[in-house]
Amino acid sequence: MKVVKHALPSVDGKGLMMGRPAYTDDLADPNSLIVKVLRSPHAYAKIVKIDTSKAEALEGVEIVLTYKDFDRRPHTRAGQGFPEPSPYDKFVLDQWVRYIGDETACVAAVDEETAQAALKLIEIEWDILEPILDFETALDNEILIHPEPEIFENFPIGFDPKRNLAAAYSMEVGNVEDSLKECDVVLEAQFFTQAQAHAAMEPHTVNARMDYQNRLVLYTSTQAPFHIRRIVSQSLDFPMSRIRVIKPRVGGGFGGKQHIHGELLVSTVTIKTGKPAKMVYTRKEVFESSFQRHPMRLDIKLGAMKDGTLKAINCHILSDTGAYGEHALTVFMVAGAKVLPLYNKVDSVKFYGDVVYTNHTSAGAYRGYGAIQGNFAIESAIDMLCEKLGVDPIEFREKNMMLKDETSPIFAIMGEGTEGTAMNMESCELGYCVSRGQELLKWKEKYPRVELADSKVRGVGMAIAMQGSGIPYIDMASATVKLNDDGFYNLLVGATDIGQGSDTVLAQIAAEALETTLDKIIVYSSDSDLTPFDTGAYASSTTYVSGNAVFKAAMDMKRAIVKEGALALGVKVEDIEYDGVVLKAGDKEITLKALSNRLYYSEDQKQLMITNSYFGTKSPPPFMAGFAEVEVDTETGEIKIVEYVSVVDCGTPINLALAKGQVEGGIVQGIGMAVYEEVLYTKTGKSINNNFLNYHIPTRKEINKLTTEFAESYEESGPFGAKSVGEIGIDTPPAAIANAVYNAVGVRIQTLPITPEKILAGILANKAKK
Amino acid sequence: MKVNVKVNGQNKVFNIEPGDYLLDTLRKENYLSVKKGCDNSSCGVCTVLFDGKPIKSCSLLTAKTEGHEVTTVEGIQKEADKLSDYFGAEGADQCGYCTPGMALSVHALKEENSNPSDEEIKEYLTGNLCRCTGYQSQHIAIRNYLEDK
Repeated sequence: MKVVKHALPSVDGKGLMMGRPAYTDDLADPNSLIVKVLRSPHAYAKIVKIDTSKAEALEGVEIVLTYKDFDRRPHTRAGQGFPEPSPYDKFVLDQWVRYIGDETACVAAVDEETAQAALKLIEIEWDILEPILDFETALDNEILIHPEPEIFENFPIGFDPKRNLAAAYSMEVGNVEDSLKECDVVLEAQFFTQAQAHAAMEPHTVNARMDYQNRLVLYTSTQAPFHIRRIVSQSLDFPMSRIRVIKPRVGGGFGGKQHIHGELLVSTVTIKTGKPAKMVYTRKEVFESSFQRHPMRLDIKLGAMKDGTLKAINCHILSDTGAYGEHALTVFMVAGAKVLPLYNKVDSVKFYGDVVYTNHTSAGAYRGYGAIQGNFAIESAIDMLCEKLGVDPIEFREKNMMLKDETSPIFAIMGEGTEGTAMNMESCELGYCVSRGQELLKWKEKYPRVELADSKVRGVGMAIAMQGSGIPYIDMASATVKLNDDGFYNLLVGATDIGQGSDTVLAQIAAEALETTLDKIIVYSSDSDLTPFDTGAYASSTTYVSGNAVFKAAMDMKRAIVKEGALALGVKVEDIEYDGVVLKAGDKEITLKALSNRLYYSEDQKQLMITNSYFGTKSPPPFMAGFAEVEVDTETGEIKIVEYVSVVDCGTPINLALAKGQVEGGIVQGIGMAVYEEVLYTKTGKSINNNFLNYHIPTRKEINKLTTEFAESYEESGPFGAKSVGEIGIDTPPAAIANAVYNAVGVRIQTLPITPEKILAGILANKAKK
Repeated sequence: MKVNVKVNGQNKVFNIEPGDYLLDTLRKENYLSVKKGCDNSSCGVCTVLFDGKPIKSCSLLTAKTEGHEVTTVEGIQKEADKLSDYFGAEGADQCGYCTPGMALSVHALKEENSNPSDEEIKEYLTGNLCRCTGYQSQHIAIRNYLEDK
């Protein structure tokens, strides 16, 4: 392959580093009204009276919006396909506020200072209600977070607001209880995972204007522009045909920008005033008033025989969706659906649980999407079980894990909110990933620990993981290829480059299929007026689902070129030989450049422009093995990640450098979740660490050595053999690091993050026992 | 109030309010390479050079730039162009939001210390956060750029 499977520079990195205007706020109308939101100071309260007259009277204030300005139209901000598997439990503005930071009212003014001053002039009389701030007490609590009658589920997701239940689910293969009784060894363990913030560098940003045809034009930093168009229309009762959503360059998403943010309020301001308006979240708003990873309690039971055969898995999860139910069901289901099939040889497996409302910031989509939580619990529990059995944890995994051409009944049972899709693993190099990772880390020399001088101990630990490639039978992507005069192409995609490099990867797929070079493909994403539909950049879908659409459209274009070439040369289509540059038939030939000029200006004139779509019928999982070497100071509990080795099967990596970037970026976010990051609240539900000074994402000083390799693998159903690679990297660090810490100092951390305080407490407790 | 400041080698007079911060002034004046990421000098995407030294423009009052020199990435286009080739080779750019600020920090580092150690590079750039790359690809790209490989 000439273009695919090479480490080509991204098509956009240079212009971005050189500072060319490209992001949403760079493209705002300079005369935009500044839109600011009055955020709730209470975790749970009802507005008894709201007086905006003083704010409205302030010079420079254009409009003040409260719940009284909106029809009660329940919707979800989840940004999923329609109908969404998330409850319709949100109103644009509501008389009730359900977390500290919730939207209470909104001001648009000529400048920031005026808008801020106006917010302070809004007078509210509150009925302050008692909140639920501990998710373990939410179910069947007498306090109801969503008592309003208008809210509903689109189809059965276990939604029961009278019980504070956003979603629930259960499934069982075989009979776990019976299987566990037959096992020689049973391991029971409970795990907790924390809320994590996305912390993309670009804050949530949106601006709107009415164009000369009196249509609403939204520029927004989003992962799902077509869903945004639909939800704006649906929740504001504004005709979809009068909405244009443009997704400019996005400064990082990680799931956070799949959701609706300021789009509804900014659109309302512009529709009501006719004036351009914009909103840029402060970093505090990004932390407090957007979304975060679902905190979970995971109860695991594993049963095995003495010979190291895993027989049964029982997994119960309680998940905290916060104030609203975005992605409540699906994140929770993925915690099972994209973890449990790793151990496909069990007799029985049970997965069940509840997703509850609390008065915290809403949880939502976040890279890993449940799989990282499930992986931490299962992959920690596997090591704990191995110790009980007295077997080597790597040999145990090799004996029990998924292999090529195998399947799991879970694929058919569990989808994302619906039934799943049966599939065999046509590509699965997990065995190679496990063995190569050991070589790269020099596992055998280091396992389980090496004691250094000065109270320092190094330990190694590992975990295996899988993810998916899009949502089968739900995700659709499409692409348009247009041939220009001079023989170059436009590639128009609804797929959304959010910084992961999909514009480059999709252009590479088109270039390979059209047998041309990357500079001949001018890629554009995405604009709801100009580019064809794509569900958006989520669920590890873009390379596989959107990539397949690009491949199909490009192959159609190549056939159309050959057909026009045959017409131009006066020969049959089957006589044409075409190498992407010259069309030949015997001694006759015409270059693509000449042919495209002929089609534009001289004979048989027409525009060649072809659209094709792809609709996934399966979701081939990428696999990986992650290996951590940690150094623990036994006197302070301090932990350093010495090295992280990743060996990944993502099928063909379309762009070797960008695929590596996806893995390493995921690993470091996963290291963040494992050891540094946790959204913390006061006892009244106020965020404690709502800025980068107190919420610690990894800096370059904490990252020592990342070693990343790809397995040779080819997925027949993917474009040039590719599967996804966007999420898989984040899944293993929590479990691999927890296992490494245990191997180093004998302290088993079951509640993330793995902090020095917890490690030291464990070391001291172990000493006390001796 | 009026402020006289040299931006990217050109003398400018900015009409500002006394409480305006440099980040907001620069964006209003169409220096759109300077990004907003946080509000308390903790992410580094608003980095500019102030008399050649990297500072966070979100936390410097514009009034304090009177008589000084400010450089944005628009003022070091040649260097950013070259550095971006090294970033491209390593796949180190991703979303790109932090890269103009990073280019300025790297440029300032090169002026101060032409042969920094790995630790010195990390120390100098630690205030330029990146959530996409995991840092290692950036580190390799920056080292190669500094060594002119």
